Amino acid sequence: MSIEVRIPTILRTYTGGEKAVEAKGDTLQGLIDDLDSRHSGIRGRLITDEGKLHRFVNVYVNDEDVRFLGSLETPIKDGDSVTVLPAVAGG
Amino acid sequence: MLSLPRKMLDQVLAHARRDHPDECCGVIAGRDGVATRVFEMDNAERSPTGFTFDSGQWLQVYRALDEADEEPLVVYHSHTATEAYPSRTDVLWSKNTEFGHWLLVSTRDETDEVRSYVITDGDVVEERLSVT
Repeated sequence: MSIEVRIPTILRTYTGGEKAVEAKGDTLQGLIDDLDSRHSGIRGRLITDEGKLHRFVNVYVNDEDVRFLGSLETPIKDGDSVTVLPAVAGG
Repeated sequence: MLSLPRKMLDQVLAHARRDHPDECCGVIAGRDGVATRVFEMDNAERSPTGFTFDSGQWLQVYRALDEADEEPLVVYHSHTATEAYPSRTDVLWSKNTEFGHWLLVSTRDETDEVRSYVITDGDVVEERLSVT
């Protein structure tokens, strides 16, 4: 099963400029690992060295922020859509 | 230089006053560098010292821009007790965003203070704000 992952402008350097790419996985973690095998380095922008979802990005599964679902353990099934956006914050 | 129509700037200032003492935040969209419209965002932190775009609302706005071939031109927010100058937190987050301009409003006293900056790799450079 292949899932469409929408990539924001700031991360398109990893996808050769593509706005949307395909990846496979049963969970968000698996999907990101697969994504990184095709677009090397992108995992480091999504997941911290400690293995947590980076606070600088928002990841949505079917338009729901995964922070309100299961974070990296969020299950992914056929037909789901995944969107990555830069989080915006400041002080 | 950032050029903004008076009406858009007035909307940003009114938003900042309305949300005071909490910080306000929002997006000014653009096309080819020309401001097109303002999106007032919900500050998910509802805080006098920080802001975070509500993630669900940000997805809707980002998608609307993408569909209309617009870009996230300006991110604006207010400082409610300090000057309109980017904080260390702003500089940290700027490295991660796609916005070309950071517009800051200070609501610490009754006179509106509004200034614009370009932040590149952590370097803060104030730019001229032209109101048309």
